Formats: sequence, structure tokens, C-alpha cells
Amino acid sequence: MFKSAKELFALTEKENCSISQIMVKREIEVFNRKEEDIYLRMEKSWTIMKQAAHKPIHQELESMGGFLHEEAKDMQAFIESGKSFCGELVDKAVLYALAVSQVNASMGLIVAAPTAGASGVLPGCFVALQEVRGFSDKQIIEALYNASAIGYLTMRNANVSGAQGGCQAEVGTASAMAASAIVELMGGSVQQSLHAASHAFMNILGLVCDPICGLVEVPCQTRNTIGATNALICAQMAMSGIANVIPLDDMIEVMENVGRSLPATLRETAMGGSAKAKHICKGCK
Amino acid sequence: MKEISMFDVIGPNMIGPSSSHTAGACRIAQIARRIANEKIVDVRFDLYGSFAKTYKGHGTDRALVAGMLGMNPDDERIKDSFSYAKEAGLAFTFKEKHDPAFAPNTVIIHMVDQFGVTYKMRGESVGGGEVMINSINGVEVNLSGEYDTIVVKQQDAPGVIARLSSILANYGINIAFMKLYREDKGKIAYTIVEVDEHFDNALFEELRKDKAILSVSYIPRLEWD
Repeated sequence: MFKSAKELFALTEKENCSISQIMVKREIEVFNRKEEDIYLRMEKSWTIMKQAAHKPIHQELESMGGFLHEEAKDMQAFIESGKSFCGELVDKAVLYALAVSQVNASMGLIVAAPTAGASGVLPGCFVALQEVRGFSDKQIIEALYNASAIGYLTMRNANVSGAQGGCQAEVGTASAMAASAIVELMGGSVQQSLHAASHAFMNILGLVCDPICGLVEVPCQTRNTIGATNALICAQMAMSGIANVIPLDDMIEVMENVGRSLPATLRETAMGGSAKAKHICKGCK
Repeated sequence: MKEISMFDVIGPNMIGPSSSHTAGACRIAQIARRIANEKIVDVRFDLYGSFAKTYKGHGTDRALVAGMLGMNPDDERIKDSFSYAKEAGLAFTFKEKHDPAFAPNTVIIHMVDQFGVTYKMRGESVGGGEVMINSINGVEVNLSGEYDTIVVKQQDAPGVIARLSSILANYGINIAFMKLYREDKGKIAYTIVEVDEHFDNALFEELRKDKAILSVSYIPRLEWD
């Protein structure tokens, strides 16, 4: 139905539809699914995202590798103390991105979006936006359709695996998905959604995948917070009228090319970057 | 090229931390379990490449055991699968191995059923929770688990394949892929049939009546939700 952002844009113009509506039409057409089944299935994923976002906030949740313990709990306590200074939306986006990554690392239930390693980015943005701005579940689920369109284009034309493209392919893609979806949710245009996704990729371009001990813990958890906050910033820039000079299709190709240029030591092998730091302190505070 | 659904992008719903090391491992073991028709009482997992290096921190070990118990990749019991295995009477061990010929996330699963019959399967986790089965009981295959699959062990004799396909046709089953492998000429052969339709027990009974057919296993397609 569409294979590029350019074709996606043309479809939204031709049919006078949003990105999320086109993505639903594609799902119905290509996979012969019913609209209400699509909704129910996405609703289930959204429910899992919300549960994961809240699970570790009041309790310690140790990760399998032992690097993560109570980051979400600490952040929540800091916010409650009144000392936080990033603004409510960013505070919560960071909190929930930390939380979901912690659930993932401790063998809890998450939604890979697009991967398990980047699973904190979308819930970080959308649980925060729902709580701060009062969006309904239905509105958020529609935003997730939009996000999936950007992820689909990236999976189809590049890749979303840290082993192939570094963290920019995982958290970068999640961030671009979220940025585009936030624009639609906040009432921006299709063009602004695509610019927001381009911004998000460009900002995270080159980010390496360097997991300490090969585990999805450090730096994965905090990288999810940059994915979430980057998405918010990029959506805001796009809606303020700041365009990206590189169209999304080309930006996806750039991301893919940069991924290919990364040395193997920086592509999930734990043989470079943070994973090879001289001193690594486990469980230190 | 396989079409990408929005649920391939936002999904699968799974137990963390890694789609290849946790969800994929669970799926491989789920398929392995289906190869045997009897209850498995003992299993050994030989782990290769990245599976061997990081299996504990990724919960690959727990996911493999969970898959052997029939749990899905989104089952919250995966984390405690070792104690569920104990309850179910399933003994398990892990071995770290090395073989540069295998893909990075490979596992060989050695199973023993309650009657002492052994089974062996090799699979690899190819990313995003997708898997590929490369070998069943020493016979090279190429299965993704995306279709309902029938594994027939038979005598390598004229006419067996013809009878097999006519039985499938009688039940209205359309064959998507069919491959024949044999151990030695005139001895044992395997037919692996991937089909479009689900089917019922009557078909199995009919296949088992054939004297040249030694065993039939059924691997239902794995679905995420």
C-alpha cells in the first residue's frame, strides 16, 4: 500500500486521512484484519505498556544481571520531593522510560516497540502525556497506529536491530516513532509528523550499542530516557514550524548507512564503548 | 518479502529482556517440545555463540525451560520456569559449547521422553523473536514455525509420499511447502510438510495406519497472541 514516507504522505493527501488512519487501512487490506480486532490488539499492548510503566515505581525490582535496582523508585521519590526541575511532562517521560526498561531487564512483561531494548520509549512518552494532558486511551491507541507507520517504514527500508545498526536503530527508531505520533496526538499536521521523525533520527544518529556485559541493562535503561525526551522535543520543534532539511525516507537511509559504518565492536557485541570502560561498578550508588 | 504488520513493529508482547535471547529461545523450545509425542522428562540445552556467553543475564535458560513446558513468550511464569519444571517432573541441564559453523544464537536441544526415546533439534534465534529450526533428529531442515507443520518419519520406500499427499488432499489440506530428507537410501526418511489449514486427529489416525509410516508429529504454527 505504501513503501515510503513519500507514498504515505501522498495517501494521506489523496484520502484526506491521518497517518494512523492510513496505517489501519493498510492493516485491514494487507492482513485481512477487522478494524475492531486491530483496536483490541493494540489496546492490549497499550494496557501492558501502562502496567509496566507503573510496576517498579514503589518497589525495588532487581534486573537479571544485577545492574538495575530501584531507578524508577528513586526518580519517583525525587519528583514527589518537589525538587525535580525538568517540568512535569519530561519528569514523567523519564520516570516511565526508566520503569519499563527495569521491567524488561527483570524478565517482566513488556511490548517490544520496536525492540525489547527500546521498549521504554513509547510508554515513557504516552503514559506521561496521558497523565499530564488527559488524553483518552482511544486517542493514545490511535497515536500508536501512527508510531507503527514510522516503525514499519524503518523496518522495511532499513533495520531496527542493535547488532546491525547500533542503538540509533533501536532507541532512534522508537524515538522517531514516538515523535511522529506525538505530533498527531497534539493536533499537528502529517508533514509535521514526518519532520518530527526526521529530527528524532538526526538527533540520535550514530548512537552506538555498547551493553555492559552484553546485557540489556546499562546503558540501555538511560538511553530509553533520551529516546522518550528526544521524541517530545522533536515533536515540539516540528509543530513550532521547524522543518528538517532531510526528508524522512532519506533520513532512514542515512541512519542505515551510519549503522553499517559502525565497527562491530559498537554493535551489541559488548566489545567496545561503555562495555569496555576501565572501571565498571556493579550495584554502586 | 514478508509483509510487516503494525504488530511486528509494536509487539510482540513478551517477557524481557531480549527478543532474540528470551522470546526467540522460548519459541525454539516450544517447537522442540512438539516433535515428541510423549512427555519429555529430561532435556539438555547445548548453547552456542551469544547464547552461550550471556544466557543467564538474558534469562535464555529460563525461557528455554519455559518453552519446553509449553509456555508462550509472553507468559509471566517464564521467570520462575525452573520451579515449574520441577513440579512437572522435567530435569534440565545447560552446556556452553562452541562451534563457529553455527549462527550466533543457536541451541541444540536433546530430549528424552518417558519411554527413554531420544530426540534432538537444532534451532537459531534470528531476531525479533523469529526463529529458524535447522535440524530435527539429525536431518537438516528449514522451518520457521509460521505454518502448521507435520513431521512424518517413514520407511524410504516407493509410494509413501503419494499416499501421504493423497490423505492430506482427502482432508482438504493444502500443502504450502513439502520437503523430503532421508538418512540412508532405502532406510529411514522424513517428510516435512508445512500446510495452510489447521487439521484434526482423524487425519493423524489415518496417517498412522499406514505401515510404512513410523511416526507422525504435529507442530502447530506459533502465534504471538
